[in-house]
Amino acid sequence: MNGFFNLLGWGDAGWSDDLAFGLMITLEISIGAFLVGLLIGGLAAWTKLRGPPWAVAMANGYSTICRAVPEVLLIIILFYAGQAALTGLLAAIGLNNLNISGFAAATIVLGLVQGAYASEILRGAVIAIPKGQVEAARAYGLGGFTLFRRVTLPAIIPFALAGLSNLWMVIIKDSTLVSVVGYNELMFTTKQAAGGTKYYFSFYLLVAVIYYVITMISSGGIRMIENRVRRWMPRLS
Amino acid sequence: MNFDWLPKYAPLLLNGMITTFWLVLTSGILGFALAILVGLGRVSRNPVIFGISSAFTSIIRGTPLLVQIFLLYSGLGALFAMFPEIKSTYIFKQYLRDGFLYIVLSLTLSVGGYVGEVVRGALLSVPRGELEAARAYGFHGFGLVRRIWLPRALQSMMPTFAGETVMLLKATALASSVAVVDLLGAANKVRSDTLLTYEPLLFVAAGYFICTLVIEAIFRRYERHYAKMHRPA
Repeated sequence: MNGFFNLLGWGDAGWSDDLAFGLMITLEISIGAFLVGLLIGGLAAWTKLRGPPWAVAMANGYSTICRAVPEVLLIIILFYAGQAALTGLLAAIGLNNLNISGFAAATIVLGLVQGAYASEILRGAVIAIPKGQVEAARAYGLGGFTLFRRVTLPAIIPFALAGLSNLWMVIIKDSTLVSVVGYNELMFTTKQAAGGTKYYFSFYLLVAVIYYVITMISSGGIRMIENRVRRWMPRLS
Repeated sequence: MNFDWLPKYAPLLLNGMITTFWLVLTSGILGFALAILVGLGRVSRNPVIFGISSAFTSIIRGTPLLVQIFLLYSGLGALFAMFPEIKSTYIFKQYLRDGFLYIVLSLTLSVGGYVGEVVRGALLSVPRGELEAARAYGFHGFGLVRRIWLPRALQSMMPTFAGETVMLLKATALASSVAVVDLLGAANKVRSDTLLTYEPLLFVAAGYFICTLVIEAIFRRYERHYAKMHRPA
């Protein structure tokens, strides 16, 4: 065990700086994927609610496939496809930076998987808004984007919050899956550290604790946001 | 798209499919049994039992499954191998080096944690009056749990079974990361043999998709059958 703590120094001999860097990447791709997922989920939800029949069928197909195929398999397929596409795209505009496209591919791929779940959460939240509220807003002359920003959005958030915070927890855990395609985030760094030093148990235990701390801090933060967003709603029980 | 490899690798893929099936079946049954214990622990009034089961669900749900798998497979495996007394035994050579066992263990714990919370919710959703009525008829302790509380809770859980099974099926795909040749593992083998990037993956993706549809169809049918049997008079 003593030998393990010696390995945790900073700099070339220790693994702490590598793990800290991996943690940063994990947080970056998690936040990025969450936002991409919200964007895609929002578009898909909007399509399901308002779109023409063919678009609705496409959005439903997207949700069904993403929920029926293992995340790790989707990530492997989309990561290679996405990276090839992005590299081609960047090369076309004269950039040759594999690093950027790896990060973008990881974020977009995780976001695509998240978007399928986000779209169902957002669709459900929009349906849950009492129709009268939107009609009342229209009667007062609100319309278009103002109506969305001042009435629909504040009404969606309390309904969508539980599902979306759950998605945030899922994305932190699912971000480990990009290590399978060799993308260098916290889990991948840990695999290298464990394999290189043979302290398998210690390193995997350490990384489990790190992920646990992230999810615990997140659930504390979510509780605070929940209290703030629901402040105008009657308290249940 | 090139699918010429399909006939040659069909037996491998079929074996992978069977491995995936066994993973779902064994960890589903063991995990569900654990989930019931965890769910009962989470509504227990005994502070020690409540504490242990709460810590268990919190840890399982708060850490990534992939980390749990590696902690058990590489971590525990390496820990076992450090002791010559264990390393030289028949059990170690025969079973403890095989990824399958560790995957079943990780998935069982995972199902126990996630479904345990569903069981807890279901137990709390049983109307109090029914439990009071059962007590008035002389049920108490374990008899009350076994004959009244748990059956009523499981009944209200019926609609979640299909979803949880699909989640488990998707989680089994991680088995390939510790060298178990499940459906995805078979696809990876085909990929390294044939140097095709997408075709084997797309093929097994379709396989998982069909499995999901089959699982949902089976549970829907079972649910309808169950609803017919238990129609309120």
